[in-house]
Amino acid sequence: MQVNDNKEFQPLIVAFCCNWCSYAGADLSGTNRLNYPTNVKIIRVPCSCRVNPMFILRAFQRGADGVILCGCHPGDCHYTSGNYFTRRRMTLLFSMLDFLGIERDRTRVEWVSAAEGAKFAATMNEFTEAVKKLGPNRRLEDLRCRKQ
Amino acid sequence: MQEAMISKAKQLLADGTVTRVIGWKKGEFAYDITPAIFESSEEIDRDFVYDDFTSTNVSKYLVKESKKEGKILAFLKPCDTYSLNQLTKEHRVDRDNIYVVGIPSDGKLDIEKIKAKGITGITGVERDGETLKISTVYGDETMSVADVMSNKCISCKSKKHVTYDELIGEDGEVITSDRFDMVEKLENMTSEERYNFWRGELSKCIRCNACRNVCPACTCENCVFNNPDSGVENKAAADSFEENMFHIIRAFHVAGRCTDCGECSRVCPQNIPLHLLNRKFIKDINSLYGEYQAGADTTTKAPLNDYTTEDCEASIVHERGVE
Ligand code: SF4
Ligand code: SF4
Ligand code: SF4
Ligand code: FES
Repeated sequence: MQVNDNKEFQPLIVAFCCNWCSYAGADLSGTNRLNYPTNVKIIRVPCSCRVNPMFILRAFQRGADGVILCGCHPGDCHYTSGNYFTRRRMTLLFSMLDFLGIERDRTRVEWVSAAEGAKFAATMNEFTEAVKKLGPNRRLEDLRCRKQ
Repeated sequence: MQEAMISKAKQLLADGTVTRVIGWKKGEFAYDITPAIFESSEEIDRDFVYDDFTSTNVSKYLVKESKKEGKILAFLKPCDTYSLNQLTKEHRVDRDNIYVVGIPSDGKLDIEKIKAKGITGITGVERDGETLKISTVYGDETMSVADVMSNKCISCKSKKHVTYDELIGEDGEVITSDRFDMVEKLENMTSEERYNFWRGELSKCIRCNACRNVCPACTCENCVFNNPDSGVENKAAADSFEENMFHIIRAFHVAGRCTDCGECSRVCPQNIPLHLLNRKFIKDINSLYGEYQAGADTTTKAPLNDYTTEDCEASIVHERGVE
C-alpha cells in the first residue's frame, strides 16, 4: 500500500482475530479511542484455530506485508483448547517459512483478551513498525496480485 | 531372499490364508521394477521379483487393497512397516485384512546414479558384498555399492519391523543416521541464502504431483490440490508463490504423520530434496514437543493432534540465532 505525499512505505498488515477475545479487544481499543495504524486490516475468525496455514499464505499472496494472528490467552479459548492447537501449528508453520528464507518477523502470534484494548493497540503499532523496517514482502508474493 | 518370498507367497495362497499378494514385478528393463498384485502361483512364478531395485513402498496400495474381499499378503521392508502402522493409526487401512511378511533390506540402489556414471544397456546387477557387478549389453562393469545406493537408504532410520505377522530373516534395530545434518546446515545459513537455495530447488517443480501420489501419508480422498476452487488444481505453478505454496502445504499436511520413508524425494523427476522439508518438521517436532517417530506405534497421538499447556510460544521461532 502506498501513501500519496511522502511515499514512505506503508505496509499492509492482516490481523486474524478470534471472535471471542481478540476481536472484542480490538473493539475495546476503538471505543477507548486508542490509536492503531490504519494499515491493519482485521479478519474475524470464530477461533484462532480456524486459521488454516493456507490463510496465512493467501494473505501474503494477495499483498500483505505482515500477518498477525490473535487469539484468547492460553487456557481462555472459548472452545477450551483451540488456541493450544493454534500454538503448535503456527510455531511449526513460522519455522518452516523461516526455513524457506521468508523473513520470520513478518509473522506473529499474540494473545489478546477482550479486556486488553491497550495491548491490542500497542501490539499493532509495534508489529506495523517492525514490518515497515523489513520493507515490502517480496519473497512470498504473487506478482499478479501486486498493486500498481 | 526372492526364493524364500516366492515359496512363502505360494504357501499362503495355497493354504487359503490370503487370496492375493502384493509385491513387485519387472517392467521393460531389468531395473524397471513396479509394484504388482498376484493372484496365483503361476503369476508369482512368472513375474515376482525382489532385488536391488524393489524400492517402492507398497503400503499405500493397501488403502484400497485391504478393503477388497479376501486377505492380502504384503511383503514389507522395515521402513514400509512404519508407513503401514501410520495408516492403521489413521484408520486408512483395514489391518486385519492384511497379512504382513516382514523382509529385511540392506538398501536399495538408485538406477539414476548408475546411469549418471555413463553406464547404459544394463541387463542386470549383482551384489557381492560392497561391490556391484553390472552386466550390460556392452560388457561388465563394477563399482562400489555405496556409490549408487539410493538416498533414502543412505539415511535409513531403522532396520526394525514395527508391525508384522511373520518375518523372513532376522529383525534389525532402530539405527541412527545423519539424516538431520543437511537441515541443520540450512538452518545455519542466513535467510537470504536459504531463500536462494529453495528458489533454486522449488522452481524446478513441474507439479507432476508424484510426491503426493506416492506418499503413504497423503491418502485424502479429496486433496486440497484437487480442489477446483483452490486455483492451483493440478496445474504447473504460475509463479514463485504457487511453487512455495504447494511445497509448504504438502509438507505441512504430513507434518507429524510423515514417517520419513523417503518416497517423495525418490520419485521426484526433478530431484527436489523434499525430504529436507519433511525432516525440518520432524526435527522441530522432536526438539519442541519431544521425540516422536510417526508410525512407530498405532496408539500415540500425532503431535499436531495434541498439545500441552506448557508448549512454547510461536515467538520461539523469532528468537533463533541466525538472521
Ligand atoms: S514430484 Fe517433484 S516435480 Fe513432481 S510435484 Fe513433487 S516436487 Fe514437483
Ligand atoms: S512425505 Fe515423503 S518421506 Fe514423508 S511419508 Fe510421505 S513420501 Fe514418505
Ligand atoms: S497434500 Fe494434503 S490434502 Fe493432499 S493428499 Fe496430501 S495430506 Fe491430503
Ligand atoms: S476462541 Fe479465541 S482462540 Fe479460540
